[in-house]
Amino acid sequence: MRIPSGYGPRPAGAGGFETFSWYFFRISGVALIFLALIHIFLNHVTTDVSCTSYQLVALRYTNPFWRLYDWLLLTLALLHGMNGLRVVIDDYVHSRGWRLTLQSVAGLVTLAYFMLGTITLITFQASGALGPGCLH
Amino acid sequence: MYKGQSGMWSWLFHRISGLGVLLFLLIHVVDIGLLNFGSKVYNEGISLFGTATVRILSMVLIGGLLYHSFNGVRIILIDFWPKGARYQGMMFAIVMALTIICFLPMAYFVMGPVFGWPTGNLAGGM
Repeated sequence: MRIPSGYGPRPAGAGGFETFSWYFFRISGVALIFLALIHIFLNHVTTDVSCTSYQLVALRYTNPFWRLYDWLLLTLALLHGMNGLRVVIDDYVHSRGWRLTLQSVAGLVTLAYFMLGTITLITFQASGALGPGCLH
Repeated sequence: MYKGQSGMWSWLFHRISGLGVLLFLLIHVVDIGLLNFGSKVYNEGISLFGTATVRILSMVLIGGLLYHSFNGVRIILIDFWPKGARYQGMMFAIVMALTIICFLPMAYFVMGPVFGWPTGNLAGGM
């Protein structure tokens, strides 16, 4: 076994899921820094959170760019975060049965949230009264 | 200098902040899901974010997100920059400094409306 020293090229691993996971954390992480911080900036700084109303969403989502932006943020954040939870479960749950149970629940939660978020982003069509621009 | 201390804390903060941001994400996908029920239901749910209590929670979230972002870059540098491991302690100090420097103005904007501080944004000072 080769001990990582931080020098030289990465040892050629056997590949597989954990290697993929290792790269995914880093690649999605870099993308998420921009996606998440810009998202926070837009909804807490340039616009106060009290004005992130139905009306604002209706206006924003007339542009498909923001649906795509939010979908990328949703997908990468969910997979990055739930993959982190998977590692945490592996670290702390030592009983094989419990680990299998919790990992299965985490997998189902990931799928359900991905579907809920995706359906919301794709199907949203402003209808009826838009309501106020800012909520107080 | 490095005795496993800053390395341990950076790792622990990274894990806790990551789980905290994930918890918020799981709430946030549901509150955005309220869009499916029309403007009244959505606005009622989202108006909670404007309360002082949730603004304080939002500040904690933003602090955690900033730390997780900067420390993530530190981890990537440790992995890919040949001298990364040697400078990890110094990079941890930079991560903490950047987190605080970015957190303070964000906190001002998040809490501004509660205290009537001018923010100059949409809803600023309202």
